[in-house]
Amino acid sequence: MRTARAQATLWSVVGVLGVAALWELYKAIAPDDGVTVGTVTVLPRTTDIAMPHIWDMVTRLFEPVTRAAGADVLWWAVLQAAAFSLGIAVLGWVLGVVSGMLLALLMQRWITAESAVLPWVVLSQTVPLIAIAPLVKRWGTAIHLGPFQWENWMSVAVIASYLAFFPVAVSALRGLKSPPQADTDLFHAYAAGWWTTLVRLRLPASVPYLMPALKLAAANAVVGTVVAEVSIGLGGGIGRMIIEFAATASGDPAKTWAPILGAVLIGLLSAGLVALLGRGLGRFRRGEVPA
Amino acid sequence: MSATRAAVTISGVDKVFRTRKGGEVHALSDVSLEVAAGEFVSLIGPSGCGKSTLMRLVADLDPVTSGTIEVFGKSVEQARKDQDYGIAFQQAGLLPWRTVRANIELPLEIHGVEARARRERSDELLALIGLEDFADHHPDQLSGGMKQRVAIARSMAERPRLLLMDEPFGALDEMTREHMQNELVALCQETGAAVIFVTHSIPEAVFLSDRVVVMSPRPGRITDVIDLSFSSRDEELREDAAFYEGVTAVRSALHGGADASSGPRGVENR
Ligand SMILES: Nc1ncnc2c1ncn2[C@@H]1O[C@H](COP(=O)(O)OP(=O)(O)OP(=O)(O)O)[C@@H](O)[C@H]1O
Ligand SMILES: [Mg+2]
Repeated sequence: MRTARAQATLWSVVGVLGVAALWELYKAIAPDDGVTVGTVTVLPRTTDIAMPHIWDMVTRLFEPVTRAAGADVLWWAVLQAAAFSLGIAVLGWVLGVVSGMLLALLMQRWITAESAVLPWVVLSQTVPLIAIAPLVKRWGTAIHLGPFQWENWMSVAVIASYLAFFPVAVSALRGLKSPPQADTDLFHAYAAGWWTTLVRLRLPASVPYLMPALKLAAANAVVGTVVAEVSIGLGGGIGRMIIEFAATASGDPAKTWAPILGAVLIGLLSAGLVALLGRGLGRFRRGEVPA
Repeated sequence: MSATRAAVTISGVDKVFRTRKGGEVHALSDVSLEVAAGEFVSLIGPSGCGKSTLMRLVADLDPVTSGTIEVFGKSVEQARKDQDYGIAFQQAGLLPWRTVRANIELPLEIHGVEARARRERSDELLALIGLEDFADHHPDQLSGGMKQRVAIARSMAERPRLLLMDEPFGALDEMTREHMQNELVALCQETGAAVIFVTHSIPEAVFLSDRVVVMSPRPGRITDVIDLSFSSRDEELREDAAFYEGVTAVRSALHGGADASSGPRGVENR
């Protein structure tokens, strides 16, 4: 167990180093203007503006964000933005998982609900994010409940959950329906009601189906958060930082990569959180093929 | 026999399955049978003759098409709700995320028995099936025979007066099977439960049963009931002349009941 985990860690470090090495190798051997066929660039340029050196990116992290006096050091600014986005992504993930589970329960409980709802669940994912972002914002601001004020970060969380709920709804439905008839017969023989059967049979049986869905939902929530921050125009997170820093790309190329590192960090952290959750549910995952 | 003494009374039961394409399968036709309290009755017959169907009707897992079934003088639905029977299927059907002990305790847990009483009962049953050392193992760490024993212990957890068993030993090798048969005999003598036992094996039916019910297919019906009144059921019975007479009687009943041309299928003569 221990050696297996050490090995896994080792390989992920090797993976990161490998990417860095490839980056530098390509930068070293490919021509500055990239490779073009006719007028189409098929391989990217390797100038320091397009592909800064890895070590330039790292040193840039330890310099201030701007030349203005009192500016934060870059890595600290990125970390704060990443924490802000991660918070929204986690909220979006929770919202998405809860609504996905509720939809799955609804569809499992009533066959007619399945035929009525499932097509819409699938269809919902074909609507591009850019299209729903302004809608969510407009509907949200239309909500007036006493002192409650709809904020932009709520719109971002809703959009993140919109991307996260889909894999959960589909996999949870499959999981809830997975117990064989012999098992449901047994519970029927025990005169167990729907609730008891759900808690003691269907939910535990759906955990192996749910784990990959929760991972996928986490990735979706992160992407949804970053993109929605841009579409909604919410500052403070990684999404806006990527856009803002990209504007300074020609003068300060290494800086543009810093928020991208931040986005990768959020992705890793969220994957780690889900893996932790999976360990907690380990006893329901016997016989699951390691994915 | 008075109605209160009977564990199961089946009278004039028909079961017709409607298939999706609008066809009909006449699974049981005019089946009548009475099982007394504490009696061990085996159902034997070629594949598709409706043994499992009959058992499922008694367990209220499927509704009858016509006729009536009473369990301890009640409707099957009431008997199911009152937990008057324990059931074991051909596949052990243990929940993989529960330990052996938790699997045995499942029906008790569902019916709100408190933890200490559950623990006491599972200790008893674990000792009975000889798996005390495996209480905290999970089903994937057990052999097929061990799983079957756990399933049987689970079916007995609530001390039911009636046990329904559908080929519980079907997946076992001959050695384990005989061992399990001996255990089942001991368990039944201890608890005094009535048993309806589905099997494909003639010697198994003869060894275990007070009566063997022989069925034949298309439509499924009872063709013969053979009384066996052995004074005791132990290892010696397996070598006894009376036992072989029983086997011969059941075998000829099976052959008589089927088409002369095809003979019974799905019945083991071992
Ligand atoms: N749910 C069902 N729908 C339609 N037909 C069914 C259904 N269940 C059983 N049957 C039919 O009823 C008949 C009896 O089936 P049953 O399972 O009771 O046989 P069996 O005696 O238990 O056979 P085996 O020894 O192979 O287990 C078969 O012809 C089968 O095809
Ligand atoms: Mg059967």
